[in-house]
Amino acid sequence: MGRFVVRRLAAMLVVMFAVSVLTFLIFNVIPNGDPADRMAGRNSTPVQIAAIEKEWGFDKPVYTQYLTTMEKVFSGDLISYANQTNVVEEIVRGIPRTFALAIGAALIWFSLGTALGLYTAIRAGRFSDTLVTVLALIGVSMPVFWLGALASYYLGFKLGLFPNGGYAEIGEHGLWEWVKHMILPWFVLATLFVGVYSRVLRSNVLDTLNDDYVRTARAKGLSERRVMIHHVLRNSLIPIVTLWGLDFGLVLGGGAILTETVFDLQGVGQYFAESVDQLDVPPVLAVTIFGAFFIVLLNTIVDIVYAALDPRIRLS
Amino acid sequence: MARHSELLLDVRDLRVCFATEEGIVQAVDEVSFKLHAGEVLAVVGESGSGKSVTAMTLMGLTRSPNARFDGSAKLRDLDLVTAGDDELRGVRAEQIAMIFQDPMTALNPLHRIGRQIVEQIQAHRDVSDGAARDQVVALLERVGIARARERYDAFPHELSGGMRQRVMIAMALSCEPAVLIADEPTTALDVTIQAQILELLKELRTRTNAGVILVTHDLGVVAEIADRIAVMYAGRIVEQGTTDEIFYNPQHPYTWGLLGSITRVDRPRPDRLPSIPGLPPSLIRPPRGCHFRPRCPHAHDACLSRPELRARVAGATGHEDRCVMSPESKRELREADGQIGLVAGGVTQ
Amino acid sequence: MSIADPSVQPDLSPVLGDRGRAEAAAAAGIGAWAPAVRRLRRNKAALIFGALFFVLVALALAAPLWAQLADTTPARNHLSDTIVVDGRPEQVVTLDGVPISPTWQRKFFLGADSNGRDVAVRLLYGARNSLLIGITASIITVLLAVLLGTLAGYFRGWTDAIISRSLEVMWAFPALLLGVALGVSLALGGLRIGPLEIEGGSKWIPTLIIGVVYVVYLARPIRGRVLSLREKEFVEAARAQGAGPLRIMFSELLPNLASTILVFFPLLVANAILLEAALSFLGAGVQPPEPSWGTMLAEGVVLLSTAPHLTIVPGLMLVLTVLALNVFGDGVRDALDPRAKVRLEH
Repeated sequence: MGRFVVRRLAAMLVVMFAVSVLTFLIFNVIPNGDPADRMAGRNSTPVQIAAIEKEWGFDKPVYTQYLTTMEKVFSGDLISYANQTNVVEEIVRGIPRTFALAIGAALIWFSLGTALGLYTAIRAGRFSDTLVTVLALIGVSMPVFWLGALASYYLGFKLGLFPNGGYAEIGEHGLWEWVKHMILPWFVLATLFVGVYSRVLRSNVLDTLNDDYVRTARAKGLSERRVMIHHVLRNSLIPIVTLWGLDFGLVLGGGAILTETVFDLQGVGQYFAESVDQLDVPPVLAVTIFGAFFIVLLNTIVDIVYAALDPRIRLS
Repeated sequence: MARHSELLLDVRDLRVCFATEEGIVQAVDEVSFKLHAGEVLAVVGESGSGKSVTAMTLMGLTRSPNARFDGSAKLRDLDLVTAGDDELRGVRAEQIAMIFQDPMTALNPLHRIGRQIVEQIQAHRDVSDGAARDQVVALLERVGIARARERYDAFPHELSGGMRQRVMIAMALSCEPAVLIADEPTTALDVTIQAQILELLKELRTRTNAGVILVTHDLGVVAEIADRIAVMYAGRIVEQGTTDEIFYNPQHPYTWGLLGSITRVDRPRPDRLPSIPGLPPSLIRPPRGCHFRPRCPHAHDACLSRPELRARVAGATGHEDRCVMSPESKRELREADGQIGLVAGGVTQ
Repeated sequence: MSIADPSVQPDLSPVLGDRGRAEAAAAAGIGAWAPAVRRLRRNKAALIFGALFFVLVALALAAPLWAQLADTTPARNHLSDTIVVDGRPEQVVTLDGVPISPTWQRKFFLGADSNGRDVAVRLLYGARNSLLIGITASIITVLLAVLLGTLAGYFRGWTDAIISRSLEVMWAFPALLLGVALGVSLALGGLRIGPLEIEGGSKWIPTLIIGVVYVVYLARPIRGRVLSLREKEFVEAARAQGAGPLRIMFSELLPNLASTILVFFPLLVANAILLEAALSFLGAGVQPPEPSWGTMLAEGVVLLSTAPHLTIVPGLMLVLTVLALNVFGDGVRDALDPRAKVRLEH
């Protein structure tokens, strides 16, 4: 297990390096036109652009440019030229909000998806199959920002059931206010996944029920409940847990951008979205690289957890 | 040998059918047999003959919304066919245990093997973890697993196939069941390991006095270990009797075919191993009358009516078969130079 | 499947032999089309939604006809116009800037937007853009993925290592993040790679971006398929007859990749349309005033309280289209490969 972890961590560092190179290429090499002009944002003066050109070394060889860019991103003094704010500070400020959204939503879709998947697997039949299929298809067919905007307007503003967007700090407004502000965003984001998860779990459970060791468990005279929990559910959950880790990463780096924006949660995602709207490159670059790093890290953790859960993996 | 010992299992007119998309599959059709303590009954047949379904029905493992059952299977006083789920759970492993065909997949890959056996013991007996552990280690040693105390904590994938089958046997024995069903316990294993596992089963039978049902497709495997043999074909028992009766005076042409396809060490190896021409029939639309009729070279008009399973050889009450021909003509048809085959003289076609 | 309790299946398989053979044929990728078509034909939901998609495409193609009927263009403003609804004259956009809601008549059938443009006309022209981008991007994805996957799977070794590792790096980026990053970096100056030159505001920029972003999702399964195909007898036979790598790839491998591509294509288009909407919503996709469902939604959400139809109408159209593709794609997958697990992220 120890060797496995070390090997996995080494591979992670290599991928992170490659990710940083690819991000650099995306912003500084692939596009046509003057990189300094792009860095400066929409309303820039020639003087600013010249200063940026010098500071980022855009006249130097490409590998020096790469090093300068990485140094700026990781030293924490990257500046947004559109509004002269420190990019890393802004990101750090948003992190707790983004995590609050992603973790809450992930817990909801995991528990709801698992419960529904297990229920429909036990009640296997045409109706439950249709139910999870329809839920899953609606989930993957709905743009989260559309669903979020409608929910926020109708449930929040019109009916007044929930606050109309915004984020409430626990320290300032208390736990209950915080939860009230988060419920809609959590459920909107979770809606996209609940159907998919219940569908995947349902088919895993039905597959596992066919496995020989489940028959053995029944032959042992175990109660149906014990067979389901110890033998069927545990074995069916492993792929779901892996999927969950991966999706959690994707939500942090993807779905959260749109959800935060629609609900005005002021997290990293919304900061990213606003910078995109301004074509403000430095924050977009920093969030891209940090986001991808985080996903690589999470994938590594998922692999290690997977190995811990399934003894067969460790050997290979 | 086992005539006077306790009657453990009495199966009468057992029928099992499954509703499938293609139609109703009559997997087990009017199966009757008895099993006494200390006796090994071999159930022999090709795959698809219903032998595994019969075995699993005794364990209640074929129960599903698509399945229909008929007849009875009495384990002492409990009818396994009609028993409630809780009653069935009580006797599983405790009175009737099963060893499955593929030890590679029959153990849960995520649990340590020792725990998997303890789980079974604790489902039936009120034993502390420590006591159960000692008991399991002793069991593992008894089935020939070296360094049992270490192996207790092994995961299934860390053991070889033969080792895993020994674990399965230890598991089946852990509650000292009266009836042990072994469903092709050696098919998935190497030849050398097969012999060891059979040896182990034989030894255990003597020591525990359990009744053993050995399900297999290989008549050669059972010669040494079985007391009685039931030959199944297309859902029906076509012949059953003592091992000697089946080997030396087989009554059903299908049995002849099976015997003819065994390689014998005491005879020169034939150029081509005789096999029964044709394929087993569909169980959705089985042939009328005798199921073996389409493949039988001796079939005639009488075979179009359903043959009964009954004793036809004079003086041998336990030897029953489903072939309507007279024992005399059977003797004539099956043998040439003392070699039994579907057609006298061996190779057909 | 035929029997709920699996424990009896091993013993029954010889009885149900025909299906086993069909499955073996399907696994070999040969002669599997007929049963697949039969399975798809039995799937009513998939057929209905498949048909719905083609209706939507037809509507998009008919956009100019409707524009003629409504006597406007997708870009023309009618800020100061009044029209007669139910016998009463109404302003297209009130003095407070509130646009008219659906009139359910020829002009402004689905209402107007804040610039006094006809929403129905823009919706249909937007459909053209969204569908065109979605389909073109998916074709780009398929071409790139087949190229990379086949090269990696066929040559293995170093080629495979380089391609697979590069894909793994792209895998680290969620589709939306990568798409937006590229969208921002290409927004101003556009792209110039060799002879290929695209201007900054062009809708081909998001098309290309979306096409590239999803390559990973298809290249991996294709590589796997090629890896297993190259060991098959018919490839061995072609090789023994002296066929070069190119011949083998085009005439032996490509036809056998068709089912994999067919399974993914509807799902790719669905996801491409969703990603276009998300990119445009964030301002990194189609650039206004060009209509697309994404840009219409971006403009609509701001006015949700005064003119909800600006959000609901394009949103419903988008959901309907994507749902149609997903249901159809799900049916195609079930028909071609009942045991496959295809999944794209949001």
